[in-house]
Amino acid sequence: MSIKVVKPGLFTTVQDLGRWGFQSSGVPVSGAMDPFSLRIGNALLGNAQGDAALEITVLGPEIVFGDERCVALTGADLGMKIDGIPAEPWRVYKISAGGRVSFDGVTGNGCRGCLCVSGGIGVAPVMGSRATHTRSKMGGFEGRALKAGDEVPCGENYPLWRLAEGFSCPADLRPARAPDEPILASDGPQVDAFNDEGLATFYGGTYTVSGEADRMGYRLEGPEVARSKPADILSDGICCGAVQVPGHGRPIVMMADRQTTGGYTKIAVVSLWSVAALAQRMPGESVRFQRATREECAAKLTEFEGNIARLEEFRASYRSRNQYWRWV
Amino acid sequence: MSVYEEPIFLSSGESCLVVEFADEIDRGANRRLQALRHAIEARGPRGVRELVATYRSLAIHFDPLVLEYGDVEGIVKTSLQNMGEGETGEERIVVIPVLYGGEYGPDMGNVASYTGLSVEEVVKRHTGRDCYCFMLGFMPGFPYLGGMDESIATPRLKQPRTSTPVGSIGIADKQTGGYPFDSPGGWQLIGRTPAKLYDPRKENPFLLEAGDWVRFRAIGDDEYQKIAAEEAAGTYAAEVISK
Repeated sequence: MSIKVVKPGLFTTVQDLGRWGFQSSGVPVSGAMDPFSLRIGNALLGNAQGDAALEITVLGPEIVFGDERCVALTGADLGMKIDGIPAEPWRVYKISAGGRVSFDGVTGNGCRGCLCVSGGIGVAPVMGSRATHTRSKMGGFEGRALKAGDEVPCGENYPLWRLAEGFSCPADLRPARAPDEPILASDGPQVDAFNDEGLATFYGGTYTVSGEADRMGYRLEGPEVARSKPADILSDGICCGAVQVPGHGRPIVMMADRQTTGGYTKIAVVSLWSVAALAQRMPGESVRFQRATREECAAKLTEFEGNIARLEEFRASYRSRNQYWRWV
Repeated sequence: MSVYEEPIFLSSGESCLVVEFADEIDRGANRRLQALRHAIEARGPRGVRELVATYRSLAIHFDPLVLEYGDVEGIVKTSLQNMGEGETGEERIVVIPVLYGGEYGPDMGNVASYTGLSVEEVVKRHTGRDCYCFMLGFMPGFPYLGGMDESIATPRLKQPRTSTPVGSIGIADKQTGGYPFDSPGGWQLIGRTPAKLYDPRKENPFLLEAGDWVRFRAIGDDEYQKIAAEEAAGTYAAEVISK
């Protein structure tokens, strides 16, 4: 009932949909950087959508399965191989006991993959979540990224888990991201601290993901955003996607592992849909913001819910057919 | 810098609304936002995910598939009308035992010399007034306490420590607080508590929450060891007094 880590990869952590409910106590939410891909992966396998998976960054791990499982890689295509044979993302594969999963690296299509496993990753929940927050050493596998030799527990398989083998997410239902997809953002709580020139710069300019971009925040390089009020405010709450602009004028987008409070003005809030798109960009890649209303941002989430409901239906009928062909 | 007559609504993306009561640290404003938090929690509206209180604002995280922004505004307005004037219900005082000075309070000498007070007097003033917990942040369970006797206010260390031991009680300017984890930090450390500010074994792992009062109580080495042993065994219960 476990996965043995042979090589850990660059930064592999256990993540789910986040540790909600404790931000008032200073506990960061954390969770998958691309929660849409995590949910699709779990839906493909017939897991609960909030089950934990391995979040893989750029260079994947090499792992050996202790028992028979199904897996699906979603999010970035990281060149997965199963027992040395190339395997597609967005598709369910069965792994035999002792089977080996490895990764060749980025293929130019995103940098974070979710390796979902039937039954989910079974580490003990902390405050209701299995997500790893490495800075506070909380949750996941011993509160840290995986190391060689770790034995990561898996949950118990759900009924009918074998029948999802071979099921693939139709292309139009995948939250796949074009590298030039505009990043939607609505006005932030301190938008008044910026003048028209600053807003024109922010929404008109092209930014680049800097070398300081991690699960906590993405610092961007590019044109400096002009302001009409001071950059520092009394420490206040920070939500996912909040775009802080400190005194130097270069924006920082707050990501999954963001701290709960911060003292910089927030010009905008990136939509949750686009936070996940940004999470797939690597240092050196470009970012363009597009001003949107809250309603336009929320509409993306509604559309995704429709897609995942359709996917659940497809999986149910796929499993039924699979079962029928086994009987005849 | 002011406390607003009426709180203002700030848009914070498609799933968060911030209700701001002031742009300065003010206990009255903090009490009101705590009252709003309690009023919304009591209604338990569907689609509200989490309420996050800070010094002067309340962030309301909601599920945009269930609630529209206007719905959340409506919930807040109704709750503001129905709640009492800064009434938060039961207020509690959490007593935190502290062994002051010596090995556990390596910066006690700095505080004494900066303030010109004796060590005994610093302890007397630090324990003499209840402090108010405005918010927790910076790291899980780290309390931002206000209301300390200002005569013992001392600036932060010029050179922050790379590691501050868990349980350390410190002063940074007019603030005081305690470390729930080993962590880097620049606070002047005057003592240490054997009580755990964060204990992941507990259902609610945090000793303090925003809106609590904190009373520091000076203890000796024997009591420190006794409480530390009880904490290790999981049998220690912090003293809580209703205010």
